[in-house]
Amino acid sequence: MRLSYPADIKVIQVPCTGRVDILHLLNAIEDGADGVYVAGCLEGECHYIEGNLKARRKVNYVKKTLTELGIEPERVEMYNLSSAQGARFAEIAIEMVEKIKALGPSPIKSSHAA
Amino acid sequence: MIVADRKSLQEILAMVKDDKKILIVGCKGCVTVCNVGGLKEVEILASSMKIARKKEGNPIDIDINVLERQCDNEYVAEISESVNDYDAVISLACGVGPQFLSEMYKDQTFYPGVNTTFFGGATQHGVWEERCAGCGTCAIHNFGGLCPIARCAKSLMNGPCGGSSNGVCEINKDTDCIWDAIVRKKMEAGELEDLMGVKGIKDWRTARHGGPRRSIREELVQGNI
Repeated sequence: MRLSYPADIKVIQVPCTGRVDILHLLNAIEDGADGVYVAGCLEGECHYIEGNLKARRKVNYVKKTLTELGIEPERVEMYNLSSAQGARFAEIAIEMVEKIKALGPSPIKSSHAA
Repeated sequence: MIVADRKSLQEILAMVKDDKKILIVGCKGCVTVCNVGGLKEVEILASSMKIARKKEGNPIDIDINVLERQCDNEYVAEISESVNDYDAVISLACGVGPQFLSEMYKDQTFYPGVNTTFFGGATQHGVWEERCAGCGTCAIHNFGGLCPIARCAKSLMNGPCGGSSNGVCEINKDTDCIWDAIVRKKMEAGELEDLMGVKGIKDWRTARHGGPRRSIREELVQGNI
């Protein structure tokens, strides 16, 4: 298919989005990531039954925390797509990068950048 | 178990606003079970606080520790070597924890990171309800195993009152009238007669009204048995 998506994205593979933890998302923000999104399987199609639903709940928890801290909750998102939707993957990557660019850099100064 | 709710991030951040290096101490007891002060919650609070302080351009160093229990001095003593390395300590245990810590480490400042609310249990995943008021004189066997002290808004010993409507308490539509439940249960068991006698005035001296309480087991005080 050879689709391209923005080089701004760093993909971290997990066996199921149910493995994604609140702490993974918070630590990414803490370390200066401008945004984080979780790309899970389509709802109702999780091989582990509800891993993607749990991931969505965790994303929502982090959104609430960011709101409480005065940081745009849109910096963390959940998307659902199937592994056969390569074109959709590229589309989501472009959408997320555009959204984050519109929001601007993270207000958290990265400990790596400092 | 003892149930607690975490204080807001803003409230906790305000407590340590002038501090640069803090310790957050969790507890593996009740607050771990009610998902407010165990390892996971300690890590989440630490990360959230670090994000907030980085955002302000005033980063904070946070170490974490989770004690077996904060209500036993032998476990509280486990942080004796490091506790004074910090500007302040936040405890995510129930109200007992920061007091045991304060009593053992007099030169350190301990902040409560949670609001301790009640003795209760989980009625569903993520929902905890009060079941016991710790009144010191348990009499639930007189009420079909349901406690009117903890679960009736007025702690009535003879109920229900006129505020009971369709099984719901007048104080809140989400609060069941426990007296309605008690009466129904006794009726179903054919034991309604048990409730006919007037219960005497409750002796509240065994509750908080008698001042701080102490429980002594002489045989344990004398040594291990």
